[in-house]
Amino acid sequence: MDFLELLNFYVIPGIVIGSIYALGAVGITLIFAILRYAHLAHGDLATLGAFVALAVVSGLGVSPLAALPVAIVATAAVAVGIDKVFYEHLRERPKIVTVMASLGIALMIRSVVQVFWGVDTQTYVRGIVRPEDYFGLRIRDREIYTVLAMLLLVGALQVFLTRSKWGKAMRAMSDNPNLALLSGIDNKKVVVLTWVIAGGLCAAAGFFLGLNTELKSLMGWSMLLPVFAAAILGGVGRVEGAVLGGLIVGVAEELSVLWIPSEYKAGMAFVILLFMLLVRPTGLLRGKVL
Amino acid sequence: MEILGLVNYALFMAIFIAIYALLALGLNIQWGFAGLFNAGIAGFFAVGAYTSAILTSPAAADRIGGFELPFVAGWIGAMCAAALVAWPIGKICLRFRSDYLAIASIGIAEIIRLVIKSEPVLTNGARGISSIPRPAGDLGYMESQAAYLVIVLAVLVAVYFLVERQFNAPWGRMMRAIRDNEPAARAMGKNVEYRRLEAFIFGSALMGLGGALFAHFNRSITPEAIDPMVATFLVWIMLILGGSGNNRGAILGAAVVWIIWSVSEIATDRLPHEYAVQAKYIRLFLIGLMLQLVLRFRPEGLLPEPLRGDRRAAPTERDRS
Repeated sequence: MDFLELLNFYVIPGIVIGSIYALGAVGITLIFAILRYAHLAHGDLATLGAFVALAVVSGLGVSPLAALPVAIVATAAVAVGIDKVFYEHLRERPKIVTVMASLGIALMIRSVVQVFWGVDTQTYVRGIVRPEDYFGLRIRDREIYTVLAMLLLVGALQVFLTRSKWGKAMRAMSDNPNLALLSGIDNKKVVVLTWVIAGGLCAAAGFFLGLNTELKSLMGWSMLLPVFAAAILGGVGRVEGAVLGGLIVGVAEELSVLWIPSEYKAGMAFVILLFMLLVRPTGLLRGKVL
Repeated sequence: MEILGLVNYALFMAIFIAIYALLALGLNIQWGFAGLFNAGIAGFFAVGAYTSAILTSPAAADRIGGFELPFVAGWIGAMCAAALVAWPIGKICLRFRSDYLAIASIGIAEIIRLVIKSEPVLTNGARGISSIPRPAGDLGYMESQAAYLVIVLAVLVAVYFLVERQFNAPWGRMMRAIRDNEPAARAMGKNVEYRRLEAFIFGSALMGLGGALFAHFNRSITPEAIDPMVATFLVWIMLILGGSGNNRGAILGAAVVWIIWSVSEIATDRLPHEYAVQAKYIRLFLIGLMLQLVLRFRPEGLLPEPLRGDRRAAPTERDRS
């Protein structure tokens, strides 16, 4: 196998799936760092976003990319709503209770998707897309869109977090919640903002997963483990770490089939997760350990 | 005829309630005593089921097995195998907050599912392992079910008394101390990680035993025998509704939730076909909603945790009744 083949069949698909994981992992890492619990409904929220986009595509007949903003807004609203209705009153209880509630929410979101859209696999556009040839590299348009959208969204988020007043407030809450509250930061607004960002990114992750593969009701749940592995690999609380972690997990999954049976590809994320917890729980970029 | 059918159904339900009660007791050791979040119950259940199946079933071509050991050996093997799977996970994850264990336990359940599906030498792949002997399985249909119910209940009662004893023993008090105030327990010289590992392994072993009891009752085990997410979630709602930290609560919760779950299945099966599929998912939605409502309005469950763990010293009104 020559080098180009390695790039075409393993590295490029790895970067694409890694970008999708990165979009999910950024949300996970923000919730983990600011609200301080592992949000287990993240994958199923991504499924919901993907199917909302499908409803827009099939209902209005627009192109999938035009449906993405609608899905982002809708899923962000759902995320804020879930927090208001189900998580808010658990805030004074031990955080692990909210983790349990989020497992229940995962089941609820999944069953809503199954009631409205059924359990059959679906796609945004029918037919096979042939990849274009760039100097021997075979890349599909949608793969370019996926990576570009990820860089754009995460870049915008990074600017927001470092430059704007509310972004700084979010980082302050992540670094030291007591100090942040003492200095007058409105906790409620930070929580809502976190959910808007995490929900929107979730929808984008689900949408691009559906665009590059297919839509099914379990697509998000199977993404949960790689996304958590990516967040912990990069360092909890570090946005750029989540992107790095997502890309590494994605490429590692695709490359793993060179050595292990392809049935166990989904196990790579778990191996990476345990390995990081064992040797460097702070992650590559020195995040926090809860 | 009608009455016979009802009796058979009641026996069937009672066996399932007892098996789920075992799982809920296992989870109670992990969550109720030690505050550990295990979201991979179905994984340990499957390990137990397959281990006992391999140890006790007759020989078959294309897979290992044919040991034909007595069922007791299979059940002990199931507990050991589940404990062995739990050990490395606990060893790595219990140094951190329970969130990490939650994620890793989802992961181990996923890995176990992959192994079961893709190692036919071990598990016979999608066809699963059949002709697992059921204790007292030579009797007639109803007698055999009744005899198996007696065996399962005997196991459940034995486990209940052992776990209850642990709960009131110094070990149980220490576990609750670690759960409720970790720094204080650490300052008292308790080895927190080691104790948590003990609780995680004991609980997982009970889940493995539950899986073995299920496999022997069914006489076969396939990858599709249980839906991992639904099974895990049902055990959680059983424990939370029944009362985490209370062993009788765990058993009561198993009975209440399983009866609701089965009766609602009968109800949805009567619906016309075009609604029946959707009704199945609406049931899942409602069971998820039930957890949210219990967490919000009755977080202590139906039977709350007895706060004076040492009953001999301080019997309270509720404990005597």
